[in-house]
Amino acid sequence: MSTFLWVIYPYICLAVFVVGHVWRYRYDKFGWTTRSSQLYESRLLRIGSPLFHFGMLGVVGGHVLGLLFPQDWTDAVGLSHEAYHVIALAGGIPAGIAAVVGLAILVYRRRTVGPVFSATTVNDKVMYAVLGTVIVLGMWNTVAGSLFTIGGEYNYRDGVSPWFRQIFWFQPDASLMAAAPVGFRLHAFLAFTLIAMWPFTRLVHVFSAPLGYLTRPWIVYRSRDERPGRGTGTRAQKRGWEKVQ
Amino acid sequence: MRPMAQMAMVMNLDKCIGCHTCSVTCKQAWTNRSGMEYVWFNNVETRPGLGYPRGYQDQEKWKGGWTLTKGGRLTLRAGGRLNKLLNIFSNPRMPAMSDYYEPWTYDYETLLTAPAQQNFPVARPHSLISGKPVNIEWSANWDDDLGGSLEHAAKDPMLKGIEDKVTFEFDQTFMFYLPRICEHCLNPSCAASCPSGAIYKREEDGIVLVDQDRCRGWRMCVTGCPYKKVYFNHKTGKAEKCTFCYPRIEVGIPTVCAETCVGRLRYIGLMLYDADKVLEAASVEDDHDLYEAQRSVFLDPFDPEVQREAERAGIPGDWVAAAQRSPVNALINTYKVALPLHPEYRTMPMVWYIPPLSPVVDVVKDTGHDAEDSDNLFGAIDALRIPVEYLANLFTAGDTGPVDAVLRKLAAMRSYMRDINLGRDPQAHIPAAVGMTEEEMYDMFRLLALAKYDERYVIPTAHAEQAHGLEELATDCPVTGYDDELLDISGPFGEGSGRGNATPVAIENFHMLQQRQTSETLVGGGSSAGRVNLLNWDGKGAPDGMFPTSRADRPGEDEAEESGS
Ligand code: SF4
Ligand code: SF4
Ligand code: SF4
Repeated sequence: MSTFLWVIYPYICLAVFVVGHVWRYRYDKFGWTTRSSQLYESRLLRIGSPLFHFGMLGVVGGHVLGLLFPQDWTDAVGLSHEAYHVIALAGGIPAGIAAVVGLAILVYRRRTVGPVFSATTVNDKVMYAVLGTVIVLGMWNTVAGSLFTIGGEYNYRDGVSPWFRQIFWFQPDASLMAAAPVGFRLHAFLAFTLIAMWPFTRLVHVFSAPLGYLTRPWIVYRSRDERPGRGTGTRAQKRGWEKVQ
Repeated sequence: MRPMAQMAMVMNLDKCIGCHTCSVTCKQAWTNRSGMEYVWFNNVETRPGLGYPRGYQDQEKWKGGWTLTKGGRLTLRAGGRLNKLLNIFSNPRMPAMSDYYEPWTYDYETLLTAPAQQNFPVARPHSLISGKPVNIEWSANWDDDLGGSLEHAAKDPMLKGIEDKVTFEFDQTFMFYLPRICEHCLNPSCAASCPSGAIYKREEDGIVLVDQDRCRGWRMCVTGCPYKKVYFNHKTGKAEKCTFCYPRIEVGIPTVCAETCVGRLRYIGLMLYDADKVLEAASVEDDHDLYEAQRSVFLDPFDPEVQREAERAGIPGDWVAAAQRSPVNALINTYKVALPLHPEYRTMPMVWYIPPLSPVVDVVKDTGHDAEDSDNLFGAIDALRIPVEYLANLFTAGDTGPVDAVLRKLAAMRSYMRDINLGRDPQAHIPAAVGMTEEEMYDMFRLLALAKYDERYVIPTAHAEQAHGLEELATDCPVTGYDDELLDISGPFGEGSGRGNATPVAIENFHMLQQRQTSETLVGGGSSAGRVNLLNWDGKGAPDGMFPTSRADRPGEDEAEESGS
């Protein structure tokens, strides 16, 4: 069972994640959008959305630090376990709180503002439920596990983190996860579920973060014929009818 | 010099009767889809008035367009690139639905199902957004014909500086209509605001388009456009804007809004301009210089040097010829009667306007004087500062000089032509008073009053050798089969997602349109199922499905009638 949960399942999810994105990008470029609902309501959005998104950026940064950097490295630069802990909590708690509060405002907005609610698809609702649970579980692990050490101290950098890194060199040790507290196990399991759902939800917009905007020229010029296979008119060229070069 | 070609439009405001036909036909062709209910690519607003969306000209509030930094550099008024990215999660300057209006429909079902009763049943308005009954409080032309102007018109941002002089006493006010479409600017701030780079200006004809596959719904363009002519489709989550009806322009027929204009007041033609000079012209310090600065960007298509450079830049010869015949060029550069709308936004707009003389004429007429006498009119233009200053706020960033000059030309033309029409001796001193010869005056009159279809619309076709879509030669009308798809366009990830669910834009193919355009009779190609396709309509006859078929045309009907009686 733990082999399935902590070895097979993550790989399935990651495969779905990668293949799903390629497929979605090819099949549905038109549907690849943030699907913003700002037009309907912007007062609550103005507070909730930046809180949530910037909070999430912090949370993701924290995960990179906690999961990808082995404990040896921080030890090597002379960062004691306690010091790391303080830094992680000082950064993680505010980011986490921002994300949770932001999410709460956004969910409240979705539920109470009529037009926003009617623009919410089933797909969105399922995604919000999973995302919300993952975030709340993560918060619980941090607050209960690390801050107040309810149910004993657990150093995820000895358990969850090595297992996570092992996934990428294809030797995950399921027993590391099996030994983790239930909160961590649930968080990891649902996080992988979310990863598998990712390409099929509006979350794809994360990969459109428009960083190129910082360097490109102000005005984009494009030729009418730039898209290969498209000429005057909008039909794609059929195979076998390509233009002679 | 880097010559580029630009499709441009001029509208003669004196002729606009405010019928909204252009808005309706554009909507019919482009925005009668769910998610776009509130959108009018073409709208006609009554001035003075608030416009659509409400008060969009107040850039202190909306932050559209460009502005100069202290150092004289051009930058987006809503903030630079980093600022844009930091605000990407919630755009602080985005107009809300209520700034446009909440679209609605009526509950016609009640009418159809009402039992016989003493009182007429009433169809109540329902919101198209929430589906609930609404109280209609605003629309795209709520203050049409100065309706409710006592309450609204005073809030017109364009009255700034002259508000104490304008009264809205019924007998003292003035008004005119201002039809607006996207300006297809030379320096489009919508494109500059787009973080994804999805909005682009076409190299061949300067039409500004949104790539629907690249737009990610960041909504910065909505703020960036000072004319508020980019709209957010709230169903698909993508930005959409006026396309200058490019599938029509490519085959040489005018835009839907121009084709159907009842006043025949729209002119479409090509302008050549020097792309290297745009930035410099958009950055001149004084707002009042922007009109002349923009004119200095245009190239004279008769200049052999320009022709050589144009050829080197790959602009086809027939396009240069079209630029020479361009009515737009004539109105902007030869007669200098067309002015840009809000040059102070520094986007270098390319839909220009001939300001209306009618507010002046009306006053002269009302005071019992001869409203076609040039001296009376000249005197009135000098005396009636309010309409002139108002027009200057719209067209020249407040500089009354150019507006005065245009109005005097129009006034001169009016009285000069009266003499000719009445068989009197034409008076050469009238054109001379505005610095024109009699021939020039007559030619201008011809273009403004008599010009035929092919003089008003000089549109070179896109080049077949540039068009790759040759397979369309061999296929049948691609309209077939779309109607069914249109009925159900919600894909797996929301409205319009998935391949093949988006409605193709050029539904009719290149050759069919060309055939229609050059033949005397109608060629088939409308669509079935009662969906009127105005995008393909070329003004010949009535489009299929526009009107119910008449009795006599309906087979079987007559006999039924007879046998029944
Ligand atoms: S008027 Fe049109 S081209 Fe100009 S900024 Fe607005 S949307 Fe862009
Ligand atoms: S050019 Fe076409 S899309 Fe633009 S306003 Fe006119 S009809 Fe509408
Ligand atoms: S159709 Fe022509 S006359 Fe009528 S409102 Fe539009 S621009 Fe004016």
